[in-house]
Amino acid sequence: MRQRRHTWQTLFTTTALVTAAAVGLTACGGTATEPKAAQSAAAFEGKGPINYVSNRDASGAANKTIEEWNAAHPEEKVTFIELPDSADQQRQQLIQNAQIKSDTFSVLNLDVVWTSEFAANKWIMPLPKDAVPTDKMIPATVNAATYRDSLVGAPYYTDGALFYFRSDLLTAAGIAAPPKTWDEMKAACTKILALPEAAGMSCYTGQFDKNEALTVNFSEAVASAGGTVVDAEGKPTVNTAEAKKGLNLLVDGFKDGLFPSDAITYLEEQGRRAFQDGKLVFMRNWPFLHASLSATDGSSKVAGKFDITSIPGTDGPGVSTLGGRSLAVSPFTPNKATALEFVKFFTSEEQAQKRLALSSRAPVYASLFADPAVVAKRPFFPTLLTSLNNAQPRPKVVQYGATTKAIQEEAYAAITGAKDTDTALNDMQAKLTELSK
Amino acid sequence: MTSTVPSPGAQTGTLQRTTPPRPATPRQSTTRRKRGNRSPGEGRMAAMLLSPTILVLALVIMYPLLSAVHQSLFRAESGLDADGFVSEVESFVGLANYADLFVGESGRRFLNAFANTTFFTVTTVFLETVLGLCMALAMNRAFRGRSFLRASILVPWAVPTAVSGLLWRWIFQSDGIANNLLGSEVLWTAEGNASKLAVIIAEVWKTAPFIGLLVLAGMQIIPAEVYEAAKIDGAGWWRQLGSITLPLVKPTLLVAVLFRMLDALRMFDLPFVLVGPGKESVETLSMLAWDESNQLRYGSASAFAVVLFLYVAVVAIVFVKVLGADVTGAKELKLMSKKSRTKATRTRDIADREIAEQKKAEATR
Repeated sequence: MRQRRHTWQTLFTTTALVTAAAVGLTACGGTATEPKAAQSAAAFEGKGPINYVSNRDASGAANKTIEEWNAAHPEEKVTFIELPDSADQQRQQLIQNAQIKSDTFSVLNLDVVWTSEFAANKWIMPLPKDAVPTDKMIPATVNAATYRDSLVGAPYYTDGALFYFRSDLLTAAGIAAPPKTWDEMKAACTKILALPEAAGMSCYTGQFDKNEALTVNFSEAVASAGGTVVDAEGKPTVNTAEAKKGLNLLVDGFKDGLFPSDAITYLEEQGRRAFQDGKLVFMRNWPFLHASLSATDGSSKVAGKFDITSIPGTDGPGVSTLGGRSLAVSPFTPNKATALEFVKFFTSEEQAQKRLALSSRAPVYASLFADPAVVAKRPFFPTLLTSLNNAQPRPKVVQYGATTKAIQEEAYAAITGAKDTDTALNDMQAKLTELSK
Repeated sequence: MTSTVPSPGAQTGTLQRTTPPRPATPRQSTTRRKRGNRSPGEGRMAAMLLSPTILVLALVIMYPLLSAVHQSLFRAESGLDADGFVSEVESFVGLANYADLFVGESGRRFLNAFANTTFFTVTTVFLETVLGLCMALAMNRAFRGRSFLRASILVPWAVPTAVSGLLWRWIFQSDGIANNLLGSEVLWTAEGNASKLAVIIAEVWKTAPFIGLLVLAGMQIIPAEVYEAAKIDGAGWWRQLGSITLPLVKPTLLVAVLFRMLDALRMFDLPFVLVGPGKESVETLSMLAWDESNQLRYGSASAFAVVLFLYVAVVAIVFVKVLGADVTGAKELKLMSKKSRTKATRTRDIADREIAEQKKAEATR
């Protein structure tokens, strides 16, 4: 037994030593946290190779642009770093790199909803006033890339809501024009659902599962009713009569059976399947579905039987939220001059037009939506432009992650009937107030 | 370091078996009665040989653990200055992050996640154990195609959890197979008890084979003579199950259950993929910690993680102490088949004895 004790003694000593070392390391890690130093005024200096970090572009259009840049700038080559597909993971990697002030990521491709968070934390630099031709761009995209009056990102591509409707059924019911308001939509549904060919169909769906898509649908409902989720200062405004009217559109939709009963589990994809199988008259969704809905290979039962317009509001056309991305420059890269030049080149109208040949992502330049050659290929572009001209960004707040969680939580409780609209909105207001401090 | 395996053989008093040698400490693995003859240097040697492993373990386990504890004592107090920039001060808050686990909104979420984690662990492990035992009993019989069945029963276990989460998500979607078969309109992926049930079904489907195979391994080493004797004594199938199979398979079963419990307490990917993040009905402690770190609240995220770690540790210790699960021994049971081991140990014993005798003879000469 004596030898055994020896073994353990040695083991304990080793463990204790390693533990001490680990504690030391931990303590070192702790002391490294210091209050963020004030940043000097944005100076775009330094030339050399940079990294462009982005979500995947399956079309290869972004790669083409980068190849063209690299051919013209052999001394300032750009390397494309691809991030995972999940937006949460992209954000996490970008933030982790910014927190350790790593110079690996030079030009960041940011989702529009991250703009405020990255700008407020000084993880991206304010751009010079004349960096991008903002006057030629769709105003909502510029607004989404702006934080407190300074432009912090160059709009890259954009996205807005479309209202898909069954034109064949509208004609059959003798309705001349698609509905512009929720009341018109309900009236149209009463007529259409009475038709024999519409047996078993539901009126409308959006995306209502507890997900970012619910924040989108909630924001659109509130904005379409004339309200806002947060004001220009980022302070919440969801305890208003307009916000209540907006949320009630969705709550009543479920209560009155306007939406299919399982729409509470719908994301974009489930809605597409239901519409494609001829189970829905109206649907709010993104433009990317247009291609699969109009597929003529037999996969879509509604090919040629549907059309698109802007989403409905309460007194007129509704307000779409804005998707899309913008490019920003990291303050931690040594080659800021190259980074800025690359951002200008990448987001220029000329390059946006070239990318249109490959990618279906909507450009931020209004003029490009009118090109007949482009419209022939993407028939939804004119309607999308109308939608985008009337679009509003999602809540522009610094703590967007927690904000969207709170919105989803309360909106979900309201539309499932777990809370009444007033309680849900008051609770939401309280949570968002806490987060905006 | 070494210990004898409480094997069925040992209990019936017919066999005396020992653990096989560990690669790093060949001289230690002799039988218990030989241990007294070892020189003092041997122990030190063993410790030295083991220390690199311990060093690595300490770095990859101890450091992150202590770092998490350290982090959980801090909180980033952030606010916006007049220009809208974040001014962040990370301050020491002591145990405030832990105190917050029980009050207010965060407390409600934590207790809900804690209850979910416990509920899932208890229900899934219970169902898995029952199902796993049944599977093992079925597989233990000799019939044509037995090896094929054994291989195919492992398929759910081989599927990555995230992928099986996706599979079950399709099954459980509102117009999916589950609702079609049942003729129902249950919304399995919406908030509510149905989503809990969905997670339990998918989890049991995936992990019952694990228990089944571990238990099967335990059953395989029960000598056939024991059953023959029981049969002669007139014991029926139920009597054999209750008096022979279950008691003899208990050590293996306990270890399998322990592993599953520790796994279930850390459940993350299945509810995350199947039902979705942020759904309170299925939010577990791991998901909560992930969500907090995603919101950049590292202090409270670490507090959640530390509490989860303590919970898992307490469950493990209680389980081992109260039920006496023999973790290390049973692990080896799983790894080695009965025959090769008894053969190997016996030959080794004989060889050891021969060497000892030779030495003795040399010494006396």
